[in-house]
Amino acid sequence: MNSTVVSYLTGFEPVKQFIAFLTKSLGFDVTALLTFVIFFLVAFVIVNIMAAIGGLGTYAERKISADMQLRIGPNRVGPYGLLQFLADGVKMIMKEDITPRDADKFLFFISPIFCMVGVFSTLAVLPFSSGFTLTQLDVGTFYLIAISSLVGLGVFLGGYASNSKWSMLGGMRGASQIISYEIPVTISVLGICLLAGSLGFNKIIAQQAGLPHTWFIFHNPFAFIAFFVFFTGALAETNRAPFDLPEAESELVSGYHTEYTGMKFGFFALAEYVEVFVVCGVASALFLGGYNVPFNLGGDGLVGQLLQIGAFVSKTLALYYVVIWIRWTLPRLRVDQLMTVCWKYLTPMAIFNLVGMAFWVYWFNGKSIFDLIFAAGSHAAGGH
Amino acid sequence: MPSNNIDVFMPIIILMFLGVAICLLAFLASRILRPSNPTIKKETPYECGEEPMGSAWSQFNIRFYVVGLIFIIFDVESALMFPVVSIFREMVDQGNGGLILFEVLIFMFILVAGIAYCWRKGDLDWVKSFNVQNNNKLNKIKE
Repeated sequence: MNSTVVSYLTGFEPVKQFIAFLTKSLGFDVTALLTFVIFFLVAFVIVNIMAAIGGLGTYAERKISADMQLRIGPNRVGPYGLLQFLADGVKMIMKEDITPRDADKFLFFISPIFCMVGVFSTLAVLPFSSGFTLTQLDVGTFYLIAISSLVGLGVFLGGYASNSKWSMLGGMRGASQIISYEIPVTISVLGICLLAGSLGFNKIIAQQAGLPHTWFIFHNPFAFIAFFVFFTGALAETNRAPFDLPEAESELVSGYHTEYTGMKFGFFALAEYVEVFVVCGVASALFLGGYNVPFNLGGDGLVGQLLQIGAFVSKTLALYYVVIWIRWTLPRLRVDQLMTVCWKYLTPMAIFNLVGMAFWVYWFNGKSIFDLIFAAGSHAAGGH
Repeated sequence: MPSNNIDVFMPIIILMFLGVAICLLAFLASRILRPSNPTIKKETPYECGEEPMGSAWSQFNIRFYVVGLIFIIFDVESALMFPVVSIFREMVDQGNGGLILFEVLIFMFILVAGIAYCWRKGDLDWVKSFNVQNNNKLNKIKE
């Protein structure tokens, strides 16, 4: 099992020879330096791809909503309007940047950075394939839940620092919503960690396989419910409709980023779209088998890695489509309904699921429901 | 395999740095490119076209504070669950499943007791919370 991009790459013979050559010619051990350089380059590539995916997310959102409302959507910039997000980005950079007079200037400046840092650091543990992961922390899920809270901090600080009533309302709602929905999400993730017996993404994915009956979502009935609890909570944590109360455009103007203009607003939007991708990726890794390819096609080589990335990204994008679909289908909740859904429905359900999974693992020794069915079937067949 | 923790955590530090750097670079680029002619009207907070009345930093609904308190309790509890959960499978395989299941049940019982208490006190309702206790008292008086 490969640990990170670097250990995957240094497994190749030419890379080893290159390291040896550099060490000899420069006179010191370059392994650490080379590790840093590779990590930096790969991180840079991932960040850029993610920014592009975030941008294309805005395009997909507009195009899909247009399809659902029998409109055409953006179609002027580039083929099928695909370059719309670049035009938007250029426009945002060129726009005048306005900071309200009475705002807390420093907090106003750093809150979009908080959002971006919170989202980008979660990319470190996102398992694209068995070789192409930046780092495979043993506490991957724990780290992800912890670090993604920075986004909530950014949302709240942005709302607070603007010194505008709409922003303040949006920021307070955002903070209370994000922290409330973190509870059901965390408990659902705990259930999956219990099934896998590990907190690391690589080990959780290694417990699953390519075909759906080995996925954790179909492991037992509790995991099936836990997936929907997780997905609902994740929608709320990323401030997506029907939980987009912090930026409810019909009641709070634009919520926590009412006063933000130009690139600062752009970073809030970009962080939101990248976070949706991250959350969908986590859902597909924990519940839908992650990067596992059916029948282990392609093996462990480069082709296999590409197929694994393809499997992971296609599952993630399918969930991404569902997120956008939900946004344009369901109306927004009221703020009291939001709290009711979280504390009176999702949290008890999540606790019930966790206890159910603990009992399941204890009684059936961690076998999935399909294992039990197959075992019973072969037992019956053997009894004949 | 990574030889030490620096190797494992290096990408995280790099990604955090990249997040900050991209933001700052974009701010710098837009500072060079964008126009800047602020006026007093432009710099007032948006309040639907009216002159803003007072500061937004005023007293706020106490419900948000209560939600924050409940969250902290639950979050600490679920953070404590992580170690228990990560060795659950191992303990079951070793034959100590009953012990660890009992432990999970104790944890969950505390959580459920907490949420039941909050529910009973009416702290999970957004609007009516302050009337629930009064209504209970009134009902008792009526009885």
